[in-house]
Amino acid sequence: MSDYLYVGKNIPRTIEADKVSGRAIYMNDLKRPGMLYGKILYSRYAHARIKRIDTSKAMKLQGVRAVLTGYDLPDVRVGFIKDQTVLKKDVVRQFRDEVAAVAAISPEIAEEAVHLIDVEYEELPAIFDPLEAMKEGAPLVHDVDARGKPMRSNILPLPWKFQAGDMEKGRRESAHMVKDTVSTTWVNQGCMGTSGCIAEFDMNNNLTLYSQTNVPFLGKQRIQEYLSQIGLGKSKVRVLNPVVGGSFGTKLDTDIYEFIAIQLALKTRKPVKIIFTREEEFFALPPRQPALFTIEQGCDNEGRLTFREVKAILDNGAYTSWGATTPSVMMMPISSLYRVPNVRFEATCVYTHNIYAQAMRGYGNPQATFAVETSMDRLAEEAGIDPAELRLINCNRPGEVTPMRLKITTCPLEACIKSVRDKIQWTEKQGKRKGRGVGMASLIHVAGGARVYKSDGHGMIVKVDQNGLVDVLESGTDQGQGSPTVIAQMVAEALGFKPEDVSITLGDTSLCLWDAGTHASRHTFMAGNAAIQACQDIKRQILEMAVESIPQIVKHTIKKKKQKDPDFKEPDLDWGLIANPEAMDIKDRIIFPKKAPDHPYFRTEVSEILTRGLHVGTGESRVVVAEAFYDPPTEMLDREMKGNYSMTYAFGTTAVEVEVDQETGEVKILQLIAAHDVGRAMNPTLVKGQIYGAAYTGAGYALTEEIQVRNGRVMNANFRDYKMLTAKDVIPVEPIIIEVPDEAGPFGAKGIGEPGLVPTAPAIANAVYDAVGVRITDLPVTPEKILSALRKKDVC
Amino acid sequence: MKKVSVCFTLNGDPVTAEVPVTWSLLKTLREYFELTGAKEGCGVGECGCCTVIVDGDAVNSCLYPIPEIEGRSVVTVEGLAGQEGTLHPLQKAFLENNAVQCGFCTSGMIMSAKALLDKKPDPAEEEIRTSLSGNFCRCTGYVQIIEAIQAAAKTKP
Repeated sequence: MSDYLYVGKNIPRTIEADKVSGRAIYMNDLKRPGMLYGKILYSRYAHARIKRIDTSKAMKLQGVRAVLTGYDLPDVRVGFIKDQTVLKKDVVRQFRDEVAAVAAISPEIAEEAVHLIDVEYEELPAIFDPLEAMKEGAPLVHDVDARGKPMRSNILPLPWKFQAGDMEKGRRESAHMVKDTVSTTWVNQGCMGTSGCIAEFDMNNNLTLYSQTNVPFLGKQRIQEYLSQIGLGKSKVRVLNPVVGGSFGTKLDTDIYEFIAIQLALKTRKPVKIIFTREEEFFALPPRQPALFTIEQGCDNEGRLTFREVKAILDNGAYTSWGATTPSVMMMPISSLYRVPNVRFEATCVYTHNIYAQAMRGYGNPQATFAVETSMDRLAEEAGIDPAELRLINCNRPGEVTPMRLKITTCPLEACIKSVRDKIQWTEKQGKRKGRGVGMASLIHVAGGARVYKSDGHGMIVKVDQNGLVDVLESGTDQGQGSPTVIAQMVAEALGFKPEDVSITLGDTSLCLWDAGTHASRHTFMAGNAAIQACQDIKRQILEMAVESIPQIVKHTIKKKKQKDPDFKEPDLDWGLIANPEAMDIKDRIIFPKKAPDHPYFRTEVSEILTRGLHVGTGESRVVVAEAFYDPPTEMLDREMKGNYSMTYAFGTTAVEVEVDQETGEVKILQLIAAHDVGRAMNPTLVKGQIYGAAYTGAGYALTEEIQVRNGRVMNANFRDYKMLTAKDVIPVEPIIIEVPDEAGPFGAKGIGEPGLVPTAPAIANAVYDAVGVRITDLPVTPEKILSALRKKDVC
Repeated sequence: MKKVSVCFTLNGDPVTAEVPVTWSLLKTLREYFELTGAKEGCGVGECGCCTVIVDGDAVNSCLYPIPEIEGRSVVTVEGLAGQEGTLHPLQKAFLENNAVQCGFCTSGMIMSAKALLDKKPDPAEEEIRTSLSGNFCRCTGYVQIIEAIQAAAKTKP
């Protein structure tokens, strides 16, 4: 056990009391004086030429302040590879193409005005199947690329190719081999707070953007670039985060609606708010990137993996957001989940006229792990080895360097597998095929930052006032994970103060230092390391002041005692105990000599020292402030897509027991046991919250969730038809927290935001197979698919 | 637009509102009274983020026509904390059990739970789950929300 006072403790989220009392201000609640409401008109076709747009009726509607179309805006391209404009002109390429936008004095008038815009289209042939779109001669989604060069195919110029070892050798050494096709579909991130922003310019054309982004600094840079391209190069941008109602990947990109709000605000010189309806949230926001995998794996007679070859095809949709970069994360489980010496991975992103995709909790990891862990189960069966045993044989170990050059530091994967195996009574239950079954899947994920940008840095400014109250200007954002509580715990621990002394300001690009973003499960790890650095500095400053002040305070106390009591005998004090800052420490706000922690004279409350340090009465008063910028010594992926892009990696294993009704195909989860390597849990209750939530979303991914896209159109843009799990869907989740403190982590912590979701779907699908002997390899595992597979099995 | 004048009790106080006849209770609470605790997560009664209590029952305020509120008693999440800001046992339990993550569903969750506990002070887990079945949460997996409600049920306000 550690002797930490605050980290590792279940400190309640009292710092967020406004969230339980209705006082927290989300984007939905935020208003600015004189604010207008923006509304977007979307395309009526998946692919069409715009022949004419008539906005005259909308313009005339009382209360409308601006109507914009693509023909009113400068020709500036935005997005990850700059393949779209803010409002589309001439051609629309997907149903969610933004064709026009309105700003009006009320949301109702804006809505009415949008309906008054008359657009005449000429429908063009569209292509929705990525396999068809890849073929030569397929209709092109884009005639030219971002640089204006003609496009020859729908395949994106992104080089997702990875190889390590000798594939031929791997195949030769294989005693058993399996090859499968596995696919995952579009799913919605399902944030309860819908997307939105407020854009506001001042008279100097400086922009304040109230945004839900979890990459405020990258977002600011994208907007700064955009403004400079539309002729506002001198404008300054400030990005501010209100309280955010969930993110799960939706807030990684700067979305088109944000640029639209900016353009409307510029046009009207008023603050403009755009807030999505739930329907827009479903069809006009990029969902999780779907993927189609072909996976081949082999093992030798002892069950040791010999090779793994994976090809992925990603339906990019009509434009490019972060979905196209998910292979950078897919590569991690494909190359490094279990020890496999020879690996090849290739991903092809293909333009279609479908909605475009981006990131969701776990990035590409849930998709790729579904492929890897489905294949592991198949291989176990082929080789006649127990699936848990095959995973143990190939278990990752501390100190290994994976084919992708990931340096594994701490790695309790073996403990994770064994703990879930034993807890679920694997040996007794596995392989019975009586409508009940067990399945498992493991994960590897970045847990110490992720160097996807040249800076993976994270800044923090800490200042302490004369009362010993601490303000932390934190560069990350909170989308609900509980960062304010955990950061307060870590700052209090590092400073020797109390968590309730700490106030956190997040998500303000003017106040805070640069940060790469609250993504990749990196916030606790990054903020903790920055906090430790900054707090060391603060502590030194306070203790330097203490060296000067404590003798004065003590001498004054003694003098007073003498005045009061002439018989008072002056103690013989060892001033050496407090002669330098290194000799002292702070705990629970009390400064004390390390060699005599209970010293009757030298123990001093921090505020006394801080007050004396500020109000000196000469020209030497001091304030206590420190900044830290933590950029971990990690590597970018090189040309071969190799590199140690995180300081440490998290592992985990989920085991599931299911019951499958063979009449209805319904799957009931009887147990879901999730063992997670968390380094050290900073706040176990909050860690469990991450695991519970991720397991539920993962179970939805496995069983019920699917955006139905028919000919490019989202058919189920509401909670009735898009099936997220509710409180009535009982999933008995049991987290097992495995603590092996990691040297690189603050107080030993690893990131735990995404991991819980990653192995859930394959564990469930594997359990379904174990229960009824049919393997569903395309998510979600619906009753219809199970019944149809059972029928086929009976026929055979 | 045609307006309607309604008198009702809001968090214990008698109030009058004159708002367009088409407004919902949610819109009236948020726009007229500036009580933004109840949220609009879907606007069509599917997500439960707008849940408030009307005459003891948890309702989706986004679907509640404002003329119907005449003479009734409405309690919102803003009405739960005591005079000196002391949190209601449910609010406290939500913080202590990590039943709040992003918090967008929280007001609705707490109001659904309050309507249940007011009628049934010691509900079974199954009853808690049923009472929350109209309230979506994407962050928590509901586990710690249910734990919080069970903890609050053990505390008397």
